[in-house]
Amino acid sequence: MTSALLRLSGITKSYPGVRANDDVSFEIAPGEIHALLGENGAGKSTLVKAIYGLVKPDAGQMTLNGERYVPAEPRAARAAGVAMVFQHFSLFEALSVAENVSLGMEDPPPRRRLAARIREVSQAYGLPLEPDRLVGDLSVGGRQRVEIIRCLLQNPRLLIMDEPTSVLTPQEVDTLFTTLRKLSAECTAILYISHKLEEIRALCDAATILRHGKVVGECVPAARSAREMAEMMVGTDLTPPERSETRPGAVMLEARALTLPAATQFATPLREVSFAVRTGEILGIGGVAGNGQDELMAVLTGETRAPAGTLLLGGEDIALAGPSDRRAMGLRTAPEERLGHAAAPDMSLTENMLLTSGAAEGLLSRGFVRWAAAREAAEKVIETFDVRTPGPAVAARALSGGNLQKFVVGREVVQSPPVFVVNQPTWGVDAAAAATIRQALMTLAATGSAVVVVSQDLDELLEIATWFAAMNEGTLSVPRRVATLSLEEIGLMLGGGERPGNGPEAPPDATPPRTQAAEAARAQA
Amino acid sequence: MLRLEKRPQPSRLWTALTPILAVLATMVAGGLLFAALGKNPVEAIRVIFFDPLFNDQVASFARPQILVKAGPLILIAIGLSMGFRAGIWNIGAEGQYIMGAIFGAAVGLALYPMDHALIFPLMVVAGALGGWLWAMIPAILKIAFRTNEILVSLLLVYVAEQILASAALDLLRNPDGGGFPGSRDLSEWDTASNLELIAGSGMHWGVVTAFIAVIAAYVMLSRHILGVHLRLAGQAPRAARFAGVRPGMVVFLCFTVSGVLAGLAGLFEVTGPAGQISIDFNVGYGFTAIIVAFLGRLNPIGILLAGLLMALTYIGGELAQFMLGLPAAAIQAFQGMLLFFLLALDMLSNYRFRLVTREAV
Repeated sequence: MTSALLRLSGITKSYPGVRANDDVSFEIAPGEIHALLGENGAGKSTLVKAIYGLVKPDAGQMTLNGERYVPAEPRAARAAGVAMVFQHFSLFEALSVAENVSLGMEDPPPRRRLAARIREVSQAYGLPLEPDRLVGDLSVGGRQRVEIIRCLLQNPRLLIMDEPTSVLTPQEVDTLFTTLRKLSAECTAILYISHKLEEIRALCDAATILRHGKVVGECVPAARSAREMAEMMVGTDLTPPERSETRPGAVMLEARALTLPAATQFATPLREVSFAVRTGEILGIGGVAGNGQDELMAVLTGETRAPAGTLLLGGEDIALAGPSDRRAMGLRTAPEERLGHAAAPDMSLTENMLLTSGAAEGLLSRGFVRWAAAREAAEKVIETFDVRTPGPAVAARALSGGNLQKFVVGREVVQSPPVFVVNQPTWGVDAAAAATIRQALMTLAATGSAVVVVSQDLDELLEIATWFAAMNEGTLSVPRRVATLSLEEIGLMLGGGERPGNGPEAPPDATPPRTQAAEAARAQA
Repeated sequence: MLRLEKRPQPSRLWTALTPILAVLATMVAGGLLFAALGKNPVEAIRVIFFDPLFNDQVASFARPQILVKAGPLILIAIGLSMGFRAGIWNIGAEGQYIMGAIFGAAVGLALYPMDHALIFPLMVVAGALGGWLWAMIPAILKIAFRTNEILVSLLLVYVAEQILASAALDLLRNPDGGGFPGSRDLSEWDTASNLELIAGSGMHWGVVTAFIAVIAAYVMLSRHILGVHLRLAGQAPRAARFAGVRPGMVVFLCFTVSGVLAGLAGLFEVTGPAGQISIDFNVGYGFTAIIVAFLGRLNPIGILLAGLLMALTYIGGELAQFMLGLPAAAIQAFQGMLLFFLLALDMLSNYRFRLVTREAV
């Protein structure tokens, strides 16, 4: 087997308390698209960091093209022909595309030659990019292109991609896949990290599955079902969330033509956002990041006040109410950012209970904290949602992302709030935990709560939501019943093709709630 | 190779241990400094740290003085620590201290020479009000216009000093003082004086108030939701807003507590140890209290100990000046070292050293 491009044998890397990689061995052939699969904390990022020279393994060997490969730093890895596109981009928004690309190069050619090269390479791979555009003006997909082109200009033999599609629309994903297949055909190998199993089945030639730092299996993705691969990842059988049909009840949360100017130059203004959620229903709000989801979320949590009369909870105007008042009225929320927003990093889990629970939940008496009660409440969340932690006295920052997510979602769900709004409920959460959280959201709706889920994970929304709407440049499309939607229609909604008023089912003068009611009636007929 | 590694959570052991280590390190470095000045380092450290407490000749005088110095430092530092925990940086406690003294003294002097049991309480209230009003200037500017409270509160100290000069030279000048600057001596007027409650103990109303403030702050921070909210606002402002803590409210609250306590400290000082409003009756307690607050790790009990320690170095420093002829600047450098070592060693509670053996490549 001398044909392998990259061969890893016995890679081991320990951090205090964890063995992130334990005797990991696999091979990537030239031109192969190789998937690296695993739950959060399975050791995927440590492994690719080792390949990219960011982490030095404690033991094990790597060979690249049959030669010993020991990258001391990313520069050495790049020189050897290994390039990487990170999940989080490292771009300067105030600089142009060409300037950003040249910053990442060892010795950049003159600006004009570089611009021509960027144009040429980006055209050749179907990722058109204008070298003089400011990166700040580009969409997330556009920014990813800059990162990819930056790698391609080095003619890499191995391209590592960390969760590249998590921020893309279905159409953008298709374009990306075309590019990756073309690269593969030109003998560039690709190491592809993702948790989207259907994508891996469609794209990858081989997959290596990691669990607890060890290789637990290899497979040809196209020959396995997504469920089989997920079970290999998790090591247990997965049950898809149960969807129980509940008859929708009264409208609980309603936005009426909610318009809000952008607070800063980087924020997105909200434009006439309207929706209504009933008891027993889940409204899924999709869309590419940065299209106003964060701003909408801030308005729903009460951190930003909306114009009076634009937001109603059970028929009462809550547009001007603060977060605590809304909680008292039955609206609970869980923001996307776990550390620093939904939870205070340096505070214990018990203390973090006090962020959203107070006198009403029995944790306060006359303003004094009942620490024993708070600890019990934290323990209840930990137990109910299987949060893996030594105990409630542990600081929030010591928990892994998935466990903290279970805690901040669980903290609200155990209260069985009449209305629950959550942003990115399973962002960066492993498959088993994601299934727990999704099941909890569906159970919450089934027991008579109205739930709003904002997420960039389309599969997730389609799996759990009753209604789907997409945000685009601060507008929200008319919510549509998930059961009647096709993937093409969703793509159109995400791209802004179906704004309120010009959707095929919405007459121009109809208020969205009425449209929704009409549609609900049609769906039931 | 030694490497720094962030701890998953702050170490309680090191949080408690670092102040002690910092004091020891200060003793060593300070000893070197004194040795470089040609003094016997062991003797200098002994004069500063041990003589004020245990030397038979000076202790009877020095011990009460430690309380007299520590009282205002602790009182102001407790107020400041609330804000520092919440990320509200009131650097102008000195100004609030001066204004508290002026307000309180002015009320008393206006009623001179009446004799009524309520005069002193009234002066206390006026002192608190003076400090509070002066603190409200940076607070309101911050809430309404997002001005930087560090600059505004600091610069207002110099405004307060000008007002103090004008009060001492003109408004509050003693009419029977033969034209000398400075107000009537309040400590000589029984109705308005803040004398020792137990003779020879150094314990006056300001010290009592400081102890009460320590206990109240301790209860509030560890038991009351306000304490949780203050810490939340300081550690994670977004999480605080999510929890429903109003940022403006936090600013208002922190400046209120620190302004009132600084004002009280000023009033107790001007009616007791200082005795009168004079151009320079303030001796920088408002600034030193910032060091005390951090030395005590913003913890009320820690501040109590830090205030006593700081007062000890003041008294011991004065002692060293006239017994060993150490320059005053050396004493100040010594106090500065204390803060320096504390902040430097602070890292150990959040990080640990790990010995990493460089593997053969």
